[in-house]
Amino acid sequence: MNNQQSFSNEPKYINPYLGGVLLGLLVLITVFITGRGLGASGAIKSSVVTTAQIITPGKASANNYMNKLISDDHSPMYTWLVFESLGIFLGGLLSGVIFGRVKKFRVEHSPKITSKTRLIFALIGGALFGIGSQFGRGCTSGAALSGTATFALGGVVVLFSIFGTGYAVAYFFRKLWI
Amino acid sequence: MGPLIPNGIITGNWDFVVAILLGIAFGFILEASGFSSSRNITGVFYGYNFVVLRVFFTAVIVAMVGILYFDYFGWLDLTKIFILPTYLTPMIVGGVIMGVGFILGGFCPGTSFAAIAIGKLDALFFTIGLYLGIYLFSISFPLFANFYDSGNMGNVTFTDVTGISASWFAFAFTAIALAAFWGTAVIEKRIRKNITEYKF
Repeated sequence: MNNQQSFSNEPKYINPYLGGVLLGLLVLITVFITGRGLGASGAIKSSVVTTAQIITPGKASANNYMNKLISDDHSPMYTWLVFESLGIFLGGLLSGVIFGRVKKFRVEHSPKITSKTRLIFALIGGALFGIGSQFGRGCTSGAALSGTATFALGGVVVLFSIFGTGYAVAYFFRKLWI
Repeated sequence: MGPLIPNGIITGNWDFVVAILLGIAFGFILEASGFSSSRNITGVFYGYNFVVLRVFFTAVIVAMVGILYFDYFGWLDLTKIFILPTYLTPMIVGGVIMGVGFILGGFCPGTSFAAIAIGKLDALFFTIGLYLGIYLFSISFPLFANFYDSGNMGNVTFTDVTGISASWFAFAFTAIALAAFWGTAVIEKRIRKNITEYKF
């Protein structure tokens, strides 16, 4: 198969600049309505605190990091970001259905690595992203995108450290992707 | 007028309905732009697909300029919007850790949720990883609590720190982004000529 063909079967994604305009308008509307931006890692943090509360209630409430999310009148799952993240899943599903990309469970990886390798690195990568997002006070959505768009210095700092580091280490892990 | 919820124009009960609707729009845009594919996303680091840069920079420009206009027309009270606090060193360290996680995992949290929805197992593993990482961080929090709270500069904007006005910052960001759109299109064309392993 020549190069021309390998790129001609590209799935039909929307124009990236159109996607960017829509995403920018969404951030604007979100700030206009809620006074805050979008987020994602916060929902996982809520699930962590919820599980910790169930399996080790004493430890969860004694933990100075988790107890900020614990309150007597509602579960840590009852937060804005949890509902918004549920929406991300539903919206992804909706787009996938419309553009015909919803298929049975599959693993996407470079032909140079196995599915198993991909899954192990996905797990490690996720764990690092999770840890980093706590120090960063948010991930790509909450800190880098919404933070920068609202002119927060921290947003710009996180944006440049994520992508700067990405470029700095990309070479060493190129086999995972190309 | 805005922000509507902090100003009490939309009341508490609608909060979560709004959250789900905005989330649906977010997930839809991420998936439709191609962010449900880790190899599309990481293309930005290897030069064969700059979709992340195009979507991200365009979004920042539109949101930034939009916020400035909303302020100018008096639709949005900027003193009432949330400004992410800056903890300089922890945020740099966090960004570095996230950058490594990005290269290894191929997703960021929001994109992984959208990718699970269309059946990507690697995205599911990434999300499980997120959960484990945040769990690990939370239980070992006492070990680095001092570092976590260090370098606190408060809820400062770029303007507060540098004195450069928000509109000039938006202008500079836009100029850099336009240059990047042009430059990366040239790079992408060259790299795609020599790459055979990447198929969608």
